[in-house]
Amino acid sequence: MSISRRQFLKIAGASALLGLGSFTSIELLEKVEASQFKKTPKAIRGKRWGMAVDVKKFQTEEDYKRVIEACHRIHNVPDLENPKHEIKWIWTDTYEHTFPGQESPYLLESLEHKPLIVLCNHCNNPPCVRVCPTKATFKREEDGIVMMDMHRCIGCRFCMAGCPFGARSFNWRDPRPFINEKNSLPYDSTFAGESIKKGVLMFPTRMRGVVEKCTFCYERLAVGLMPACVEASQGSLIFGDLNDSHSEIRETLSTHFTIRRKPELGTEPSVYYII
Amino acid sequence: MLELAIKGSRTYWSWVIFLLAVISAGFISYLYQFRVGLVITGMSRDVSWGLYIGQFTYLVGVAASAVTIVLPYYLHNYKKYGRIAILGEFVAVPSVIMCMLFIFVDLGQPLRVLNVLLHPTPNSVMFFDMIVLSGYLFLNILCGWYVLGAERKGVPPAAWIKPFIIIAICWAPSIHIVTAFLYQGLPGRHYWLTAIMAAKFLSSAFASGPALLIVISLILRKFTRFDPGWDAIQTMAKTSAYFLIATIAFYLFEVFTAFYSNIPGHMYPIKYLFTGIHGHTKLVPVMWICTALIAVSLPILIIPPARRNERALGFAAVATFLALWLEKGISLVVGGFVPNPFERVFEYWPTVPEALIALGVWGIGFFILTILYKVAISVKEDAVFDKYGERQVKA
Repeated sequence: MSISRRQFLKIAGASALLGLGSFTSIELLEKVEASQFKKTPKAIRGKRWGMAVDVKKFQTEEDYKRVIEACHRIHNVPDLENPKHEIKWIWTDTYEHTFPGQESPYLLESLEHKPLIVLCNHCNNPPCVRVCPTKATFKREEDGIVMMDMHRCIGCRFCMAGCPFGARSFNWRDPRPFINEKNSLPYDSTFAGESIKKGVLMFPTRMRGVVEKCTFCYERLAVGLMPACVEASQGSLIFGDLNDSHSEIRETLSTHFTIRRKPELGTEPSVYYII
Repeated sequence: MLELAIKGSRTYWSWVIFLLAVISAGFISYLYQFRVGLVITGMSRDVSWGLYIGQFTYLVGVAASAVTIVLPYYLHNYKKYGRIAILGEFVAVPSVIMCMLFIFVDLGQPLRVLNVLLHPTPNSVMFFDMIVLSGYLFLNILCGWYVLGAERKGVPPAAWIKPFIIIAICWAPSIHIVTAFLYQGLPGRHYWLTAIMAAKFLSSAFASGPALLIVISLILRKFTRFDPGWDAIQTMAKTSAYFLIATIAFYLFEVFTAFYSNIPGHMYPIKYLFTGIHGHTKLVPVMWICTALIAVSLPILIIPPARRNERALGFAAVATFLALWLEKGISLVVGGFVPNPFERVFEYWPTVPEALIALGVWGIGFFILTILYKVAISVKEDAVFDKYGERQVKA
């Protein structure tokens, strides 16, 4: 393709203006929220995303595995064998460890030894965001998702000390060699459009020295897809807008008894458990 | 004045070379960490801070403790501290620098450290910690260097320095209070979530800081012609004793609250530290060595004849410094992470490269301390008499 000098100048001028303009608006607004993915017109929008975990619907080992693998595969979560350096976005723990302080010597038989799904609670009042010295983790204004800017994170791990739910993982080493090969979905922008159509997204891999965690699949919401775990759960994870009284999640919460992890800390988790 | 640091005895140069060797070992270990990541440390997903942040916390206290010398001297005109006010300020300088270095070596992405300035975030306590630490560093370099310069010229310091000295005195506690706020405002970390944290930080700092200065003063008396003054040393010992008692009391208050209330979350970390939980006992020796050291040092600091015995005092000072280092530099940080938010126990112990890096930073601190002290002592030795006309150099 060849362009004339005139065309070139036109394009260059326009881009320069645009660039300058956007730069100034950034400076003026001072409100730029980092995001690897742009919203498409199909994006699912909400004011405050939340999730309900229907504990009873998780029956077999396969039910858990499917959900966890869907997330970890899509997000290129490395498979580190040493539990000390483990990275996990969604995993399981028992009732007494998920809800410490609420354990009972005569626990419901079906709950004993039963794993529960745990993930970032996307608190309405997140301590991790409060303590972050660089705003590398922040709560998205539009929908309350607690996000991570992996390019800004300095790796001080203050957020890990601040999170009362153990939801955050640190890349103690370069995670890339440990991304399971058959799961690997290398990020390639040229294929991004194609992969969206297929329902698979290329999620960027991370480097060592930064903190990461679940982001409620903001990248999938942006293209009109439900979070990967929700999609894989076949109805045992209910996701929706807590602000919308007609949403499926609100319907669920109003008709089922639910509990949240450590509500006494005032962080206002957005993840509910139907026990 | 800096030229005074390059003229020294054989002992001085051997010490400097030794420190440079320690620093090199630490630096090489850091290059390894820089290349591979923090995986080379003993830290984990569950104990995500360790030795580095512990050293940082402890050293903020040492830095702040300069106020125990500077305040009686400048605000109460306590003349015995006239000679050693500079020693306090010159301990603060390398301590703050070590604090900053310990934060730096703890970062996963150290090259992005300036993001803290680029994206200032006032809701993070870390932001304020950065401000108070840099301010304190500046104030101590300014006041220490200027007053020493005046002494060298044999003139009284100009009046304009006085406000800076007063500000430095008020500033000192702030650095340790803010550091305590890093911990005590975190929900769900029972061991840290206590209002007495800041008070305990200050008291243990004002016990360990004078202890360090006592050790340094005794060394100076032995190896240089400068005499910090026996009375000054005795007063520092009393300061250390009172604050050590306060520290023990504050700790026991915690123990009472946890165990009388019988709330499991409050008891767990203390049980873990002193008895271990489910066979996890890595920190138990640390706590009992700490307790034993205090049990020996406290009576020496309190009982006058023991305190006046130079050897006993030296031992008590070293024991106090070490005991509080074990408490604040190791167990405090780990205790906050054990048990983890799932009430599971994962233990921590530093690795060799991690310890070498920490030693390297201490080496840098002692190197700066040595240079500053060399300058100060050379000036003092030349001045012969302190500003009250008393001989500060041995005949």
